[in-house]
This record gives sequence, structure tokens and C-alpha cells, in this order.
Amino acid sequence: MSPPGVRVPAVAADGLRRTFRRDTGEIVVALDGVTLRAEAGSLTALVGPDGAGKTTFLRLVAGLMAPDAGTMTVLGIDVAREPQRIQDRIGYMPQRFGLYEDLTVQENLDLYADLHGVSAADKRRQYPRLMEMTALGPFTGRLSGNLSGGMKQKLGLACALVREPELLLLDEPTAGVDPLSRQELWQIILHLVAEQRTTVMVSTAYLDEAERCGRAVVLHQGKILTQGAPDEIARLADGKVFLADPPAGQTARGLQAHLLGAQAIVDAVPEGGRVRFIRDGAADARVDALAQVAVAPAQPRFEDGFMTLLRRAGDSRPASVVTLDKPPERQGDGVVVEVRDLVRMFGNFAAVDHVSFEVRRGELFGLLGPNGAGKTTTFRMLCGLLPVTGGTLRVAGVDLRRARASARQRIGYLAQRFSLYGDLSVVENLEFFASAYGLRGGRKRARIDWALRQFELGDLARLPSRHLPGGYKQRLAMAAALLHEPALLFLDEPTSGADPLARREFWQRINALTEQGVTAIVTTHFMEEAEYCDRVAILDAGRILAQGTPAEVRAHARRQEGREATMEDAFIAIVEEARAHGHPEAGAA
Amino acid sequence: MNGAAGLAAKLRRIRALVRKESFQIVRDPSSMIIGVLMPVMLILLFGFALSLDVTSVPVAVVLEDPSPAATDLAAGFRLSPYFNAHYTTSMETARAMMLDLKVDGIIRIRPDFARQLALGDAEVQIVVHGSDANRARLIEAYAQGAIAQWSARRASAGQPVTTGPVAVQSRIWFNEANDSHWFLVPGLIVMVMTLIGAFLTTMVMAREWERGTLEALFVTPVRVDEILWSKTLPYFALGMVGLSLCFLAAKFLFFVPFRGSLWVLTGASMLYLLVALGIGLFISSAVKSQLAASQLTLVATYLPALMLSGFIFDLRSTPLAVQAIADVFPARYFVSLLQTVFLAGDIWPVVLPEAGILLGMVVALVAANRFVTRKTLA
Repeated sequence: MSPPGVRVPAVAADGLRRTFRRDTGEIVVALDGVTLRAEAGSLTALVGPDGAGKTTFLRLVAGLMAPDAGTMTVLGIDVAREPQRIQDRIGYMPQRFGLYEDLTVQENLDLYADLHGVSAADKRRQYPRLMEMTALGPFTGRLSGNLSGGMKQKLGLACALVREPELLLLDEPTAGVDPLSRQELWQIILHLVAEQRTTVMVSTAYLDEAERCGRAVVLHQGKILTQGAPDEIARLADGKVFLADPPAGQTARGLQAHLLGAQAIVDAVPEGGRVRFIRDGAADARVDALAQVAVAPAQPRFEDGFMTLLRRAGDSRPASVVTLDKPPERQGDGVVVEVRDLVRMFGNFAAVDHVSFEVRRGELFGLLGPNGAGKTTTFRMLCGLLPVTGGTLRVAGVDLRRARASARQRIGYLAQRFSLYGDLSVVENLEFFASAYGLRGGRKRARIDWALRQFELGDLARLPSRHLPGGYKQRLAMAAALLHEPALLFLDEPTSGADPLARREFWQRINALTEQGVTAIVTTHFMEEAEYCDRVAILDAGRILAQGTPAEVRAHARRQEGREATMEDAFIAIVEEARAHGHPEAGAA
Repeated sequence: MNGAAGLAAKLRRIRALVRKESFQIVRDPSSMIIGVLMPVMLILLFGFALSLDVTSVPVAVVLEDPSPAATDLAAGFRLSPYFNAHYTTSMETARAMMLDLKVDGIIRIRPDFARQLALGDAEVQIVVHGSDANRARLIEAYAQGAIAQWSARRASAGQPVTTGPVAVQSRIWFNEANDSHWFLVPGLIVMVMTLIGAFLTTMVMAREWERGTLEALFVTPVRVDEILWSKTLPYFALGMVGLSLCFLAAKFLFFVPFRGSLWVLTGASMLYLLVALGIGLFISSAVKSQLAASQLTLVATYLPALMLSGFIFDLRSTPLAVQAIADVFPARYFVSLLQTVFLAGDIWPVVLPEAGILLGMVVALVAANRFVTRKTLA
């Protein structure tokens, strides 16, 4: 701690520059002229798209890398010169926190306590506090490899906190964590800042998390776009944010797609049955899509300011539309996927416990739930990758237990992880998947051309796919899943780990596909993304807790003070209520 | 932080890391497989190979001489429990059988056998399939034994025709330079030490890089040398367990003579183990992926220990270039030390220089590891 009176900033970066050399020999600038201060006791958020330099910055603070130019002073110490002195005093939680999975919760904690030289007396004081904070008390004897994703993150945080560090660095601590665990993690972080005056620097892909911080630093391609209080950044969009009610006969999703087509629109997202959009440029520019629409001004949020900034930084929004060569035939709105009392047991454990839902043609159906809720297991059964234990399952009119191969021809599956061959080029990957789907000759060539054109991959066709930037990998994976023109798409957490821009791009494409009659089932744990869906089902511990349109599901939540209940509030309310009641068939809408 | 307090903190950190490593060894099936199960398997395998006597070897007896003496000699192969004789009068037939792998050897009694025998200059040709060098040597020895028995029988019967011994002319096909020495125990110890020392440490260190556990570990007061210590001590202990298993097996299972002293054996093994650990840590720090590191380790330690250490293939009979390559790898010095200690005793003119070279390698590897292992990423 700095002596009173002399306020040394906890982190002071001056003109930082750091470059990397790729395998291909090309030089990538990760940070360029970054100058920022974080005062002792402050809570600073680092936000920005993938590749903005957030992780590199935190590693420079932690002394895990040296800058090419510029200086980094942490707690008054020059990091490049004395990294060990910094590492003796700070807590750091990397993106993939290095928990030892074959050690128990207690053993992991003991290891970090001993490495940090925490005395026995301090341990006695600290452990109960950490256990209470993280609610890991009942699990101290469990191997950390057997913890859920959210619990692992909390244990990682506890390990970083065991010495009561002066400065805590958290690199995307909530990535891939469900809303409940995310809320708990943030309660811990806010408590630390408020009660213990710990300086915290956190990077995040969730823009609403930045709103909780005292300061936000917006990074983009290695440069700082702006830094300041989140509401200052939100004010950049002052007077530009509106809510539009879709006219009769149009969905919010449809209106949003039209709005995104207009030049003057910076951003548009569905929200609570309406469309929230940011309008920039000349105020008199006509937006045709708004001709028949009731529009009301809205209070800007951090996210609105962030999107405005990125747009100004010249990040042109890609025209993410997909036009199918041959849209699936629209034969009314028949049921495409029918699931009745679906059960999947793993030993004595019911991963999926009597789940029923149906999805109609051209519908966008969302499965939401925390980690381990059974979303991926349900998906694998739908795709015929995993045998069912009980119940019926009809996909595209076929019982998958009997005719798997024929049903599979009609479905496209996008797995949770990037499942393409990293060493093959973009074109080679597409050729492989085309052959795997049985495409040949002229049709194969036509489909690959279509994919390269529609997903704007033409310029990168010869690049090994592992060198693709994050958003492009996603595009390639989606292109591969669409090669055989499936009428039904399964997308398993397609936006997990993607930045806000890539996520918007993705939803725009899915939107375009469903507009053309493709049916899609999506899992996600970004709750606001549920707004894109026609209908959603909320899953927890293998059961469906609620089902209906986003508006119906949102109605489950109590109104929050000062703002409309969000999908996330609804989700937390529904899951907490169900858990409190030991899982009754809660609120099926 | 310096002086006694600094040292105490350092020791506490090392102890915490060693404890963590030990938990991982015990709980991770792959560590236990490589560290404990593999040595036991190797011991049993080698032991099985040793107790497997070669019996009923299919051989072709080419009887080109119809004389009573020749027929008598040929009959000797039928009576022997070691052979399963096929009689023929043509060398061509025998050769074809050999190429078809129907027989593993040919005993050829030439047309002038009886006449030469009378002159005291008889020859029997033994041809052995050399693809399995070990088996070939055994077959050759058995065949010589069978002929020697026949000679002795004739001599005791006072057969007047025998004026001189029968000369055996051996040929081994397909593996002309069959001059290997099968040193069971040195082989075992080298294999086990290499597996535990290099292979296991490479895997565990590369795993930490791969899973990102080191990134969190780096941002603590822990120092590089402490991480290296924690990766050395537990596996050193495991290696010593392996050594004891091999030594006990040698002494009480296979009754291998042990002429040197136990402490020279232990000292030499400790040195080699440190070299193996050093190589393992060096490779994994340089490569950082489990797959690449294990492949490199296989090529850099295991294969040289198997093929270039002189325990299967005698280095003296290899080309100079191969000998020069073998000199680079530590395994040959260890094998030389082991062979000396087991079979000859503490021969200091051999032990000291070889141990000195291993010690030099340890020093070089420690320095190299301090240099390549840094608390930095990318």
C-alpha cells in the first residue's frame, strides 16, 4: 500500500507497444501507444473486440511479458525491470485459470497459500472468509476437475485472493459462465473493491459488466479508443438511441434486420419485443425501414456508446446477410422437431430429464441454461450423435432412433468448439465437408463458390484455417454446416467466447437464414441473445423450467428498480425459484 | 526478503510444489503407468524372454552323404528335444524351406562327409536364420552341442574311423554382424531410468504449459529454480524406486551376478537419472506441447537408449559415424558403467571417466534449463 498522502497509481502505463510474430512471419501489433492510469482502490474494465489487446495488456501488468516500447509501472515498480517484485504482490487470474484438476479444492487453495507465503494464522482467518464468499465450503474435498465451470472460476478467484493482493488482475473471469455464476462472481468482485479497497482490473466481453466498473477502457486493435466512467462513454450515444415498435405483421427480428441494412443505423438489437437502435450521421437522413414505425427515444447504455465508438473507429459493419440458392420449401408451418419426454441417463445421473418441446418450420428456437443444464446433451441426441435413454424424438418427420442417416442429410450441425481442420486451408475444409455430405462434381463446386461468396471468405480461401481471425473461423464453420443446404440447423453455443461484434454478425446471418425458411435451434448463455429467438426454453439440471416467446419468459421476472426486467433477470429468477422449490414443474408457459 | 527468512520461504514454496506434484503423480493414471507399471512390465517381459528356452526348433537336415556315419549324425538331431528335424537330400529344398520360414536352420552334411571324416577333416555346415539374432545364436549353440555329443558318443564307442574332431562351419544368414551381448539388467535399468527420467518429466512439464497452469503459477512469488526443483525431486524419487525394483529383480528373480558395489551402482544411476530429467525438462520448456515434446523425447532419449547405448547392438561393431553419434547421448556411458559394475566390479579407470562425462552433462543441462525456463509467455 502506498503511504497516505502520496498517491501512486496502482497501474501506470505509458506509450506501451507490444508486437508478436505469427508462424507465417507476419508481425501483429497487439498494443500500440497505450497510456492509462488505474488509481489505487479503483475498479477498471478493459473492453474491446477479440484481438483488441486486453490479454496482452494484463500480461504486461503481471510481468509475464516485456513491452517493446514504453513503460509499465505497477505499485510504483517498473515491471520490465523487476517482474518478480510485482508477482510477489499481486493476484492474477488468467483466462484459462490454471487450476490443477487432479487436486482438490482445498489442495489448490493450500498450494497458492503456501506459494504466497500466507501464514497459518492468516490462513485460519482467510479460508472461512473465502469459502463463504465463493460458497465452495461444502466442496473442499472435491477434485477441482469435477467442479462446474462457474465453480472453477470461483475457485480460481479464491486462489488469486488467498494472499489479499494489493492489485487483482482478472482476464475474462466470466467467459463461458452462466448468468447465475456470473452474478455471484461480480458480487465477490464488487465486495472486494468496496470493503477491502483492492484495486481490480478486469477484462470482459460482456458490455453490461463494464457498467459496474468505475472506469472503462475501450481497446480496439491495440489502441485505446476512449477511457472514462462508463456513463460518460454511454453519453457518446446521447440522443441517438431509440426504441422502435415493429409494425403489425413484422417481428422485432425482422425490423432489426431491415434497420441494419440502412447506412445511418449504427447498431440495432431486439429488446423486449421492440428494437433498440442507434442512429448516427445526418439526422435528416431518411431510413426507409422506419417509415411506418413508432419510435421513442431511449436512455443510452454503455453498450450504445461502445458501438458508436467502434463505428467511428472505422469498423465498418459487415453486410452479414446470407442468400440461399434454393430456400427450403415452405409447406405451411408444420412441426419440424418434436421432442416428447426425452430422457438421457449417464449412470444414475439424468442429464436430460423428461424434456418436451417442438419447433416449427422457419422458427428460431433457443435453448438457454447454465453450464451442465443438459443443452449439449439434448443437441447430441437431436443430431443422432448420442442414443436416447427414453422418450421420442422426431426430426424432420423421422424417428432418429430408426433412420439416422436420412435425417442427418437434412440437418446442419455447428458444434460448440471450432471443429474444422486447422492445417487445411479454407477451401480445403469446405471441399472436405462437401465430400463428407456427398456433394460431387458441378454441384460441389457451385456450393463451395456459394459459401466463399456468401461468407466473404474468397480473399482468405488459401489461408490455413487456424490462422483465421476469430470471427472468420465462425463464418467458415457456419459455411461448412450449410454446404448441403440443410433445412434445419443446430447451433451449439455458437457465440460462446465471441466478441460483441462477431456475435452481432452471427445473429444477422442466422436471422437472414430463418427469414428464408431455414429452421434453427440455438443454445446460448448470453441471455440477451434470447431476444433474437421466436421462442425459448429455459433448462436447468436437465429439466425445462419455462418455455415460450421471449416476452412470455421475461414476464417471470420481477420488475427491477429503475429499469425493465431483462431476459437475464428472468432467467435468474426462474432458476432460483426452481432450485428453491427443489424443482417442481416450474412455470411452463 | 533475504537471509534465513528468504530461505525458509523458498523451502516452503518448494515443499508446496513437491507436494502438489506428488498428489498428481499418485492420482494421474498415466504417471503411475509410466512410473510403476512400466518397470514391472519390463521386468516381467525380460524375465519371460529369459526363461523361454528354445525347444523344438524346426531345422532342415540335408543329408547329401548316405554313409552310416552321416546317417548316424543326422539321427542325432531327431533324438534331440531341441530340434524338430526335417530330412532332405537337397540343399535347394532346404533353402526354399528356410526362405518360407518353415525352418529356422539348416544342418548340411556334405557328400564327402564320410571320406573327410576318415581323413580327420570332416565338416558340417550349420546355417541359421538370423532375423532373430538372439534365437539364431541359441540355435547355433544347440546345433554345435548336438554335433559335439555325437562326436563324444563315437569316441566313447571306440569307433576306429574317428581320427579328428568334426569342424563346424557356422553361417548366419540375414544378419552377418551378429555380435550382440544381451545384458539383461543393464538394459532394464537404462530403459526404466529413461522412461521415468525423461519421458515422464517431459509430459508433466509440457502439460502445465498446455493447460495454462504455469501462467497462474508464474504470477506468484515462486522462482524459476523452485519450479525446476519441484519437477525434479518427485521424479527423482520415482526413478530410485524403479532402480530398486530392477535391482531386486536382477538379484532375486534372475540371479544375475553383481560384482561391483551397490553405492557405485546407485551413484551412477542417480547421475544418469539427473541427465534424463534435465533433457526432459529442457525439451518440454523448449517445445511446450505434450505431443511434440513426447515425440522429441522418444527420439532424443528412448531410442538412443535402446539402440545406441550398446546394450542391444555392440557399439564396437558399428561404423565410426554411428559411434560418434552414440557418444553424444548419455545412455552409452550409463550402459558402460552398468556393465562394468555388474559383470566386472568397481573398475575405477572405467567408472571414473564415464561418471565424469555424465556429471558434465548434468551441469550443462542445469545451466541450459535455467536459461530456457523463464517466467515469461510468448
